[in-house]
Amino acid sequence: MSFDVLVTLCLAYVLLLFAVAFWADKRAARGRMGWIRSPAVYTLSLSIYCTAWTFYGAVGYAARSGMEFVTIYLGPTLVMVGWWTVLRRLVRIGRIQRITSVADLISSRYGKSNLLGVLVTVLAVVGTTPYIALQLQSVTLSFDVFAGGGVRADGDSLTQTALFIAGGLAIFTIVFGTRNLDANERHHGVVTAIAVEAVVKLVALLAVGIFVVFVAGGGAGATLEAIDASEISEWHAGPARWMTMIFLSGAAFLCLPRMFQVMVVENSDERHLAIASWAFPLYLFLMSLFVVPIAVVGLDVLPEGANPDLFVLTIPLAYDRDALAMLAFLGGFSSATSMVIVAAIALSTMVSNHIVMPIWLNARKGGATVSGDVRTVVIQARRLSIAGVLALGYLYYVFSGGGTALAAIGLISFTGLAQVLPAMLGGIFWRGATRAGAAAGLSAGFAIWLWTSFLPSFGEAGLLSASVFTDGPFGLSLLRPQALFGIEGLDPVVHSVLWSLLVNAVIFCLVSVLTFPTPVERLQGAAFVNVFRYSEGAPGWTGSAVEAEDLLMMSQRLLGTAEAQLLFEGEAAGQGKSGYIPDVTPAFLEKLERKLAGSVGAATAHAMLLQITGGVSVTVEDLMKVADEAQQILEYSSQLEAKSQELGRTARQLKEANDKLVALSVQKDGFLSQISHELRTPMTSIRSFSEILMHGETMTPEERQRYSSIIHDETIRLTRLLDDLLDLSVLENGQVTLNEADWTLEAILDRAVAATERAGPGPAMTIDRDRAGERTRIRTDGDRLAQVFINLIANAQKYCDADAPRLRIVVRERQGRPVVDFMDNGSGIPQKAQAVIFEKFARVSDHRAAGGAGLGLAICREVMHRLGGGIAYLPGQGGAAFRVTLPRRQAEAA
Amino acid sequence: MTARRVLLIEDEPNIIEAIRFILSRDGWRVDTHSDGETALAAIRTRAPDLVILDVMLPNRSGYDILHDLRRDAATKALPVLMLTARGQKKDRDLAEKLGVSRFMTKPFSNSEILSTVRELVG
Amino acid sequence: MARPGDPKFLARAGYRRRRMADAARLVPLIGAVLMLVPVLWPGTETRTSGAMIYVFVTWAGLIAVIGAMSRPLGRMMRDPDPGAEPAPAGDED
Repeated sequence: MSFDVLVTLCLAYVLLLFAVAFWADKRAARGRMGWIRSPAVYTLSLSIYCTAWTFYGAVGYAARSGMEFVTIYLGPTLVMVGWWTVLRRLVRIGRIQRITSVADLISSRYGKSNLLGVLVTVLAVVGTTPYIALQLQSVTLSFDVFAGGGVRADGDSLTQTALFIAGGLAIFTIVFGTRNLDANERHHGVVTAIAVEAVVKLVALLAVGIFVVFVAGGGAGATLEAIDASEISEWHAGPARWMTMIFLSGAAFLCLPRMFQVMVVENSDERHLAIASWAFPLYLFLMSLFVVPIAVVGLDVLPEGANPDLFVLTIPLAYDRDALAMLAFLGGFSSATSMVIVAAIALSTMVSNHIVMPIWLNARKGGATVSGDVRTVVIQARRLSIAGVLALGYLYYVFSGGGTALAAIGLISFTGLAQVLPAMLGGIFWRGATRAGAAAGLSAGFAIWLWTSFLPSFGEAGLLSASVFTDGPFGLSLLRPQALFGIEGLDPVVHSVLWSLLVNAVIFCLVSVLTFPTPVERLQGAAFVNVFRYSEGAPGWTGSAVEAEDLLMMSQRLLGTAEAQLLFEGEAAGQGKSGYIPDVTPAFLEKLERKLAGSVGAATAHAMLLQITGGVSVTVEDLMKVADEAQQILEYSSQLEAKSQELGRTARQLKEANDKLVALSVQKDGFLSQISHELRTPMTSIRSFSEILMHGETMTPEERQRYSSIIHDETIRLTRLLDDLLDLSVLENGQVTLNEADWTLEAILDRAVAATERAGPGPAMTIDRDRAGERTRIRTDGDRLAQVFINLIANAQKYCDADAPRLRIVVRERQGRPVVDFMDNGSGIPQKAQAVIFEKFARVSDHRAAGGAGLGLAICREVMHRLGGGIAYLPGQGGAAFRVTLPRRQAEAA
Repeated sequence: MTARRVLLIEDEPNIIEAIRFILSRDGWRVDTHSDGETALAAIRTRAPDLVILDVMLPNRSGYDILHDLRRDAATKALPVLMLTARGQKKDRDLAEKLGVSRFMTKPFSNSEILSTVRELVG
Repeated sequence: MARPGDPKFLARAGYRRRRMADAARLVPLIGAVLMLVPVLWPGTETRTSGAMIYVFVTWAGLIAVIGAMSRPLGRMMRDPDPGAEPAPAGDED
């Protein structure tokens, strides 16, 4: 079979995958999910656990170590079987907290710590790069098997093939992995394509297995005998390795970025886990069922020295089964590509979210307000990260020179990523886990892993010299990479796993116990650990009004009551609403978050808003507690500052008080000065005329009569002034007792008109009444109301300057309240004076005619206020017009 | 000899009547004006020997009128007796600063006002 | 659990559900123990074929057990425990 046919087939297969992904994306976009979101697709997508390493490498592994290969599948099986305990929780947390990656999970749990995000991202990139290189290597090797017919092609063409594959994968991943703007949205196209690939690899391996057992091996019994007769007939799994490998593979299954991606991020329905809990172990079971037979047959049939890692391909070829070989090739190709695609998506999400975005946001501090702007940057960052991750994998492949033992690289990678396990499990089960603990544990584990596993993987001539292996760095034998603390004889993998995870976990717990979490950490800790308590059957806040109120309550705790209310009131007003409850719009949330960030920091503000708006995981009470704590901490930490501010504040308060006193004093001066004037003016006349009369000047009896009456009038004026002053003072101090009774307006108006009917100077005023309207019954203090009416009628009599003065008194009803309008036909009150007429001593014009002290309207205002109504000047009525508003009527008496 | 003329600028009718009575008995001719805004013009046309000026006038205060009088060369030296019902010290100070000839607080005694008028014009 | 005065069938249902959840937590532990049994085998006397059969049979058994539990557990996820105590439920801890 020609290499060209293989390449063509391969391209056709890739095109098929493109088509599937495209079709699934289209279908999902139209909302027709159907089986795209089925448990079957979910289960199959988990199969990216089985990479080229397991597809090809498991047989090689079995050929070298017998049954031990199965541990790699047993770990994940146990994790899946125990889904109720760990995975269910993880998936729920992922959904509620909108977790985008392992790094995000850790960062989010430990108070949105970006440091942890970066740490896990770096760990993931370092740990995954060799693994991607491994996939490239297996695909190129499998191409090589066909191309050279078993003979090694030259290195250049191999790296070229690897380059093509890396490039093609990058394109596929970018096209389908960054279609959705929202990182948290599911990649339906990719997942569906991966499900197809999962079927292909299972079918391929089963086909090869069945062929080996029933065609080449002569049946099940014969195969078992062959196994017992083979080189690997003896059970020699070391207990330490067996246990370690099961543990390690289980841990990696939870922590691998790509597994987290398909298991948690892409999960669309938690109940899919229930199906996957048995279906995925079944998949693994089938994948490993024929591994030993294939290895045994390969060892038996193929020539000495043939690479056992390629038995899956080379056995069918040896039997001239081209089609089967082709299928096996596609199976291997599928394993490699699906792993690389998902790993690249997962890593790119981490790199863009935890490294690129923080840097970008930092670089343009405060400027990142346009959301479209940010989205483009996120997408670009993802695309570049995908390309970058694949480039790294390719470079690793080229520089490592393509080592032969695939399994070794896989285990190193597993060990590295398993360092996340303590922080992850601690984070979802233990509220006491702190950011410092997670960071310390992770760092320590990461360092030990680098030293005991990653660096030695480059070989004795690689990054570490041979002397370091035998004598330790700087001759410190306690630090030998494969015999830490002088404990020798351990298998390197066991050694590395044991030390790195042990130290990691111990430091994690110890530091967590010794440190104190920040409020946000505690909040997130509670949200993660108690995820079921709060989310099960609790739909959260539905109405946006409730949310706004919750937001207001929380904001008050952080900003202080007045400022928060001002903010919310302003926003509501901006939306054209009254009160304190605006609609929760994205713009408002953004504003609020910025505002909150000012007091508690950006990450906290973000988390808190998410809790309320995205809202199911934490109760408002929880938030309140944390908010209160935050407030207390803020208060505590700013106490020193506050003390110096206290002085400033006191000074300001004193100044304010002083200003107020000055203003009051000015007011009082003005008032006293007015009173003085009002008292002295009549007294002047009185004194003058009484002196004239006293000194017995010569005068006519008429003059004498007249002067006496002036004295008399001025005395009355003085008395009235004092009465008014006392009245006003009583009214203003609220010491009035009202004698409420049932009245008709007519009766009161009759009294008022009668009281003002004295023949004043000038033409008599005609008063138009509204007898029908005046039948309105009211309950009020009749004397007081009459006082107001008398004042208004008297004013009209005094000031109306028309030739035929006329006053219209109209009773209306406005908004359920009776109003009485007094409108004359004079020239009215100038606009600038309208504002002050109700002030004390505000006399508008020449007061010769007035005979009052300018207190009348001030008294009217006070009286109406006491009666529960009001009085106002009514502009634009032609003449002077006053409106008296009475209180809403009580239920009318029958 | 023509009677010496006093221009009384005041808006309270009873006070006008009292002062008119007191001064006319003493042989003064008393003209009156009761609006602040047009007071200045009235002073110029009537050219009195003395002005009795109230402070609280409708439309324009006595202080403003005094201020303008003292700036005009024709009336710079015109004797002005100021009457006010607001007898605080700062009122007096302001009037003196503006160049008032004499400042009196209401209520006044008749003899006091008469002697002051005589003194100012005499 | 079965508080006096509670309708009997409800208390029973809630009880069943909690025992089911207990079982779901127990299965992986039993599985782990079973899968660690090969560690005890003496290296020289054990054949790979026998080990293979043991591992695969145990594995299949685990799959069957968890498969049988998957449906009731899935139902429990859909409609949370009707008879459980309000706060931490029998669900956790």
